[in-house]
Amino acid sequence: MQARWLLALAGVLIVGAFVVTRTVDNRYVYFAAYGILQYVLLATAWNILGGYTGYVNFGTGAFFALGAYTSVFLIQAVQAPLVVLIVAGGLVSGLLGFGIGYLTLRLRGVFFSIATLALAVVLETMMVNWEYVGGAKGISIIRPSAGPLFTNYVQLLFVVMAALAMGAVAVAWFIEHSRIGRGFATIRDNEEAAECMGVPTLRLKLLATTVSGCLMGIAGAPFPYYITFVEPVSAFNLSYAVNSLAMPMVGGTTSWVGPIIGAVLLGTLQQLATVTISSELNLLIVGVVLVAFVVLAPEGILGLLRRGTRRTRA
Amino acid sequence: MGEPLLRVENVVKRFGGFQALGGVSLEVQPGERFGLIGPNGSGKTTLINCISGTLRNDEGRIFFRGQDITALPAHRRTWRGIARTFQIPRPFGTMTVLENLRVTLEYAARERARAGDPAVEAMEILAGVGLDPKAGAISGLLTQIEMRKLELARAMAAKPALLISDEAMAGLSSSEVDELLEILLRLNAAGTTVIMIEHIMRAVMRFSERIAVLDAGEKIAEGPPDKVVSDRAVERAYLGE
Ligand SMILES: Nc1ncnc2c1ncn2[C@@H]1O[C@H](COP(=O)(O)OP(=O)(O)OP(=O)(O)O)[C@@H](O)[C@H]1O
Ligand SMILES: [Mg+2]
Repeated sequence: MQARWLLALAGVLIVGAFVVTRTVDNRYVYFAAYGILQYVLLATAWNILGGYTGYVNFGTGAFFALGAYTSVFLIQAVQAPLVVLIVAGGLVSGLLGFGIGYLTLRLRGVFFSIATLALAVVLETMMVNWEYVGGAKGISIIRPSAGPLFTNYVQLLFVVMAALAMGAVAVAWFIEHSRIGRGFATIRDNEEAAECMGVPTLRLKLLATTVSGCLMGIAGAPFPYYITFVEPVSAFNLSYAVNSLAMPMVGGTTSWVGPIIGAVLLGTLQQLATVTISSELNLLIVGVVLVAFVVLAPEGILGLLRRGTRRTRA
Repeated sequence: MGEPLLRVENVVKRFGGFQALGGVSLEVQPGERFGLIGPNGSGKTTLINCISGTLRNDEGRIFFRGQDITALPAHRRTWRGIARTFQIPRPFGTMTVLENLRVTLEYAARERARAGDPAVEAMEILAGVGLDPKAGAISGLLTQIEMRKLELARAMAAKPALLISDEAMAGLSSSEVDELLEILLRLNAAGTTVIMIEHIMRAVMRFSERIAVLDAGEKIAEGPPDKVVSDRAVERAYLGE
């Protein structure tokens, strides 16, 4: 029942996004909104692995960039349409996620995290040395025409990203409310006990890393058209890893709502800072907010809300 | 005697250069109440870990219902009907007590679980160990004693053919020990084979039909409780010389 309502809400929001493009003409609005929605997608993707199973991924940038570079390659090679780019980016990064999943056999806790960080460094080095997709100096991407429905391509990207983010949230919602999600939670709480209570932990961890990686790749797939110039430093930017981790932590990692709250909050804050001061402050802001939450409200905003309602009820 | 439910054959487990189990063999019959005792550090928990699949034994083989399970991961052994408790409780700490049992019914008991709402069955099991008032509590915040009861309740929710209880009674009052004994006896009467590891001699003696004694990773005695306690080697292991 609740699922049907949420699905309806998602539909309304996507149509709403489309309607907005008929009425608002300011290009910056779409550019900024795309950025925030991209973070909703990334934070949700991160949380499926990090929040639900407890495996902290520091390599969001690798999965994101792999999606972006898959697009660059396909644009260069065959001028593939956006839908194909999104599917391909998801597949390639999902495959990488599957590989990373096997690391969980041997690496737990901080060692897993370090491995994901190393992965990002390795992939970035590979892209720096791959001339076909621009190498170190980068590559310009020319946007296709926006088609009859939109006045410019950024508007189209905005609607596409709204749909993708919604899709990711739907995936997270489904996992959370299914047997799979409860299995994920046992892994987060105690992996050995989970095994002994019949949870096939490896299979579930592989599922989590694959789905999470796939969604991150999907987030990166439209990126070349979004910024129109792809180079390794921006595609592998540390801010993807930091934000996609900070946003769920600030919002609350145990529910699908948490990453959305965190992404909207921190995303908006950073957009404001970029406009009013400078984008160089962004990571500092995220860092300060994250530390404040880890110390003062380790269960994030959702945790605070829950505590609040419990107190008023009591 | 027919085919044993569990057959442990010459199991060896080493930690680095230290040999924790030096070729232990034992058989547990279907429906039996089996006690496993031994001094601290004698390898009881290690043996349980090898049987449940938490650890892999270096040598030897383990058979359950006549099938070799030595190479199976822990969750597959649970599916086949082996459940265990942890000596140091390992609850799913962010979940409620009820959710701990519910997820176990889903993943461990599977088709052995009753049809219908798993929460109802979970609640019944909780009531059996007297934890029903705590059903909604976050399990990570329970007291040590409550956590021990949860360990037992959760293992019961796996609906096992063989339940292995690793010192479930440590720290309980004598009336609580009696309560848990009753629960385990009832479970056994309903067909579940039970291996009980316990330092509380009164409990093991009363519960077990047969007892095996481990000392320094070797089985030094096995037999009916009264025979085992009067065994010279057992006396030496416990009291020293
Ligand atoms: N993971 C491990 N790594 C290294 N040594 C271990 C490990 N687990 C157990 N040991 C050692 O193996 C020996 C047997 O330990 P085990 O926990 O099986 O004993 P136990 O009979 O269960 O004792 P207790 O009655 O205190 O629970 C001990 O010397 C212990 O230190
Ligand atoms: Mg022990």
